[in-house]
Amino acid sequence: MNESSIKPADAPQSMTVKAHDKRYFDALAQGVFEIPQCRDCQKFHFFPRVCCPYCGSQALQWVAPSGKGIVYSVTIVRARQGDDYTVVLVDLEEGPRLMSRVVDMPVEDVKIGMPVLARIDQTEDGPLLVFTAAGEQS
Amino acid sequence: MSTSASRGEIAILGTGLAGMGHAGGATEQEIIAQAASAAIERSGLRKSDIDGIITSSLTSPWWVMRMAEYLGIRPRFSDSTMFGGSAFIADLKIAQMAIAAGECENVLICYGSTPRSVPSSSRLNQMRAELDPQPYEHPYKAFNPVSSYSLAAARHMYEYGTTRQQLAEVAVAARKWAQLNPDAFVKKPLTVDEVINAKMISDPLTVLDCCLVTDGAGAIVVTSSQRAKSLHRKPIYVLGSGFAHWHRQISCMEDLTITPAVESGRKAFDQAGLTPADVDVVELYDAFTINPILFLEDLGFCKKGEGGAFIEGGRIEPGGEFPMNTNGGGLSCVHPGMYSIFLIIEAVTQLRAEAHARQVHGAEVALVHGNGGVLSSQATAILSSAL
Repeated sequence: MNESSIKPADAPQSMTVKAHDKRYFDALAQGVFEIPQCRDCQKFHFFPRVCCPYCGSQALQWVAPSGKGIVYSVTIVRARQGDDYTVVLVDLEEGPRLMSRVVDMPVEDVKIGMPVLARIDQTEDGPLLVFTAAGEQS
Repeated sequence: MSTSASRGEIAILGTGLAGMGHAGGATEQEIIAQAASAAIERSGLRKSDIDGIITSSLTSPWWVMRMAEYLGIRPRFSDSTMFGGSAFIADLKIAQMAIAAGECENVLICYGSTPRSVPSSSRLNQMRAELDPQPYEHPYKAFNPVSSYSLAAARHMYEYGTTRQQLAEVAVAARKWAQLNPDAFVKKPLTVDEVINAKMISDPLTVLDCCLVTDGAGAIVVTSSQRAKSLHRKPIYVLGSGFAHWHRQISCMEDLTITPAVESGRKAFDQAGLTPADVDVVELYDAFTINPILFLEDLGFCKKGEGGAFIEGGRIEPGGEFPMNTNGGGLSCVHPGMYSIFLIIEAVTQLRAEAHARQVHGAEVALVHGNGGVLSSQATAILSSAL
């Protein structure tokens, strides 16, 4: 695993964020979105693991994806308090799918098949990978 | 189609229900023990004959030991694999293998919970989340499990044109069956419009697309088919069964319109040597209205994408040509966290022609199908009144 230049944050590790997850979230906290790629089979995967879920290899490297993706599915959570928000599954250009949220547009306008772009928001709960509409890009 | 050597190796003897709807202050262990006691008595057995036990819990990892202790059973064989709500149908396969291997003779499969009378505290929900961490989904505050099923429903609607109306029809049919079942929790008349216009929880699913939260316990006893004939007047044979799981979190599901029911169903039909055309009544885990539509497709009752049209126009209602979820389902009968034990018990009731007002006449072969997690684990069994 390439440790690159991401430095671990000082915050204590919560029970739900284990060592390997910490690498991912520490990078997000520094404004860097990286996902693991297998150096043997070349496939990207998500969520991050210590061995490739396709071929089992431990020879992995962290790589910054393009940030481009397509909305695979969307639901609007009707919040008990506060504003409604989306929960989406996004297929990254590199292959992996992840859960996220599409922001900066009315929730009803978020549609399956929409091109989106990744962005890191720093929230009071920590860094959060979100997506925005990618507009007219090809 | 070739027939597996293990076809119909085990049979279901007695069944028991307890604490249905609202358990009135009884604990989980108490209602499970009541259901188990009834099931053992109706099996023509004594408690001392039970030498295998399978149970699992949404809360306690020690559950099979706690239940065996409570019941006073020292099992030769036990299992407590956590498959989520599909568990008790998957357990039929585990019991079959244990009995065939000579590890035990008579297996008690049981489950119960009391989320209606004792709602989970936010502290308990937080503990469950901490013990099953999903740090890549949790920050997005999906209202789970509903949101995960909503994502599947939305994708199915996008790819195949499945409609809100069709989803609602699943709930309406379930309610009509519930009205014929004295054990069902909700019997108030329900219309398609009422389902569609109910409070939206996570688009496209409203609160009436979601299963109930009730108390309830169920238990069954299984033994070898050879022994069953001398113990029970109407043993119900498990002709085939299978289970499969492909993911835990919805973001790791490869295609949200194709569930592991494809695999569990194929295994069950192969072992039984039957096809969907041979099935007289189906009991499918309807945690949400999209579920039966997905399962009918994946189990081969219709082609992929045609599940919505398949259930339309009252076909799955009482009197319809495709009797489905005849107890009222998780949507209208009972749903204490994990539901599949009740699918088995309803199928057995139908195959013994003991379902009274909701009886499917001439039902000889039933398919039961359980779902666990967020479409994560699937288990199927083919049951019959004859070998």
